[in-house]
Amino acid sequence: MQTIYFDNNATTAVDPEVLEAMLPYFQGHYGNPSSMHHKGGEVATALREARQRLADLLGCEPGEIIYTSCGTESDNTAMWSALRTQPDRRHLVTSRVEHSAIINNAAFLKRLGYQITEVGVDREGRLDMDQLLKSLTPDTALVTLLWANNETGVLFPIEEIAQLCAERGLVFHTDAVQAVGKIPINLKATKIDMLSLAGHKIHAPKGIGALYVRKGLKFAPFMIGGHQEGGRRGGTENVPYIIGLGVAARLAGERLPEENTRVKALRDRLEDGLLKIPYTMVNGHRTQRLPNTTNISFEYIEGESILFHLSHAGICASSGSACTSGSLEPSHVLRAMGVPFTAAHGSIRLSLATTNTEEEVTEALKIFPEVVKKLRDLSPFWKDDGPVVESEMLSCDANNCQICN
Amino acid sequence: MWEYTDQVMEHFERPRNVGVVARIDGEGQVGSLSCGDALRLTIQVDKAKDIIEDAKFQTFGCASAIASSSALTEMIKGRTVDQALTITNQDIANYLGGLPREKMHCSVMGQEALEAAVANYRGVKPKAVEGQIVCECFGVTDVEIERVIRANRLTTVEEVTQFTKAGGGCGKCQEKLERILTRILHRAAPKAGSGNGQGKGRMTALKRIKLIEDAIVNQIAPALMRDGGDIELVDVDGPEVLVALKGSCASCPSAKRTLADFVTERLRALVDPEIVVREYRPD
Repeated sequence: MQTIYFDNNATTAVDPEVLEAMLPYFQGHYGNPSSMHHKGGEVATALREARQRLADLLGCEPGEIIYTSCGTESDNTAMWSALRTQPDRRHLVTSRVEHSAIINNAAFLKRLGYQITEVGVDREGRLDMDQLLKSLTPDTALVTLLWANNETGVLFPIEEIAQLCAERGLVFHTDAVQAVGKIPINLKATKIDMLSLAGHKIHAPKGIGALYVRKGLKFAPFMIGGHQEGGRRGGTENVPYIIGLGVAARLAGERLPEENTRVKALRDRLEDGLLKIPYTMVNGHRTQRLPNTTNISFEYIEGESILFHLSHAGICASSGSACTSGSLEPSHVLRAMGVPFTAAHGSIRLSLATTNTEEEVTEALKIFPEVVKKLRDLSPFWKDDGPVVESEMLSCDANNCQICN
Repeated sequence: MWEYTDQVMEHFERPRNVGVVARIDGEGQVGSLSCGDALRLTIQVDKAKDIIEDAKFQTFGCASAIASSSALTEMIKGRTVDQALTITNQDIANYLGGLPREKMHCSVMGQEALEAAVANYRGVKPKAVEGQIVCECFGVTDVEIERVIRANRLTTVEEVTQFTKAGGGCGKCQEKLERILTRILHRAAPKAGSGNGQGKGRMTALKRIKLIEDAIVNQIAPALMRDGGDIELVDVDGPEVLVALKGSCASCPSAKRTLADFVTERLRALVDPEIVVREYRPD
């Protein structure tokens, strides 16, 4: 069975060129870049080059990059740095559709007595800009927002928001883990103060991330230790992975036009084909969105069941249904958008990459209708070719939860 | 990814008895589209013999919800209505070779649908809708929660959520669940203690053995006896607890799983999370 991997927002395959570049740094070039001998010196030189390549992708200076272990560490570092360097400010602004790294930190801060504003989104996942502007106060220590939503691909106007924050003297951070390599980013032309990214979303391995910190911004380290990363992140450098991320960054820059033409066309063809199945809908704005992502709801069937049948047929995808998350409620992103419960439980995210092909899309368009039919034939809410609107089980007796309301 | 057994995947991919029976003598509906899973069970009954001639299901839900529904219909077909009513949610889970803890509510949903269908057939009110609603998000009553806690010997709020979904939405009712648990555990197991047994300070070897013995005699054995089985403590050696299975357990093909899932889980929850259970075979 051929695998059709449409889950590139979860993680990507390591590019062979990336792996090849990394391998010598496990055995031959094993030196510590801090060492005062040639084994250390050769590694330090390679690290400088890798840092330059990542800086080129982001449009920043190499010294503005701090390597971390992952996107979550980058988010934590940014958030706690902003709070610790401005101890008199006790307010944080974020959104209702953030990654768990931000959401769970915000919940923790709330318990510590911080005031948290979670700005809402509209039915298409776009940020409520009026609410955002009203929430900005002189007490705001940090504004942190996703650049591209991992579930829907919807983009927030991050450059514009960074400008608005700068005008008010507020620190602004963006989690750009899904945006890097998929949309053009030129940090020196923006007022963004901090930006998080993760290597494994752009064909580098898991276990390497980075945080951009604008030169001149007050910074307090999250990991306290040695002089590495200019004393901003202690710990011996993860040399092979930093080298890998450097190559991945160069490749991402080279492939950016393809992401926005060929990959986008594949995504659009896949999406248009799936929308031909009755009772389906796209979650998220159709144009203010990443070129590789679509989030589609198949009404009256449940996401986990869809995923298992897809997986059986070789297709890898993910879902915002309650059952896949291990919690009992569907995705917080879809709920914040007000996606009706008939659709939230049956939402499927398909995220493509340059590694995907026309043939895969054609094959997927054959498999999906069969899977959907199979599950609808089982569903008490479906009869023949349409929904059973008179079913007593459409909403629950309690009718009092966040899902129903 | 969930670790589903081959039986779960088999019943998910090739579900048995899908649809609606030819003559609906009883019908049970549990769950809802908004809650994320819903099951409609219909039964056709030979009224002279009180035997379930046919049972069919329609399910909206995850793989384990579909598999539990399919298993349920296979288990009740050909049985008398009274026999069918003795089926517990754990029986449904066992039929499928076990379910992940987080998915046990799927088996509870099957049992509830069966009760509702039989109640409908007999023209009485189903048990599950009695009582006061405790969890407003998922509409779970105190009667239902209490029944599931007792039947499955639950000890934590997390388990109650895994089995009934109660407390898994907004979380506001978790304190109420804690109170229900405390009340039931206090009554059911005054000796073994309601917590994880680790308590304050270090547990002595003697105290630990006593706790293990207490848990087996007062909690685990009674549960197995309801299914015609029994269990006896043979030895305790470090983290290993050696037990002998008796009665119907001794020859039961799912005995190994009973050991691994039920006994281990109970002993870990009641005494020590490090416990490993081994079966004693006198040969």
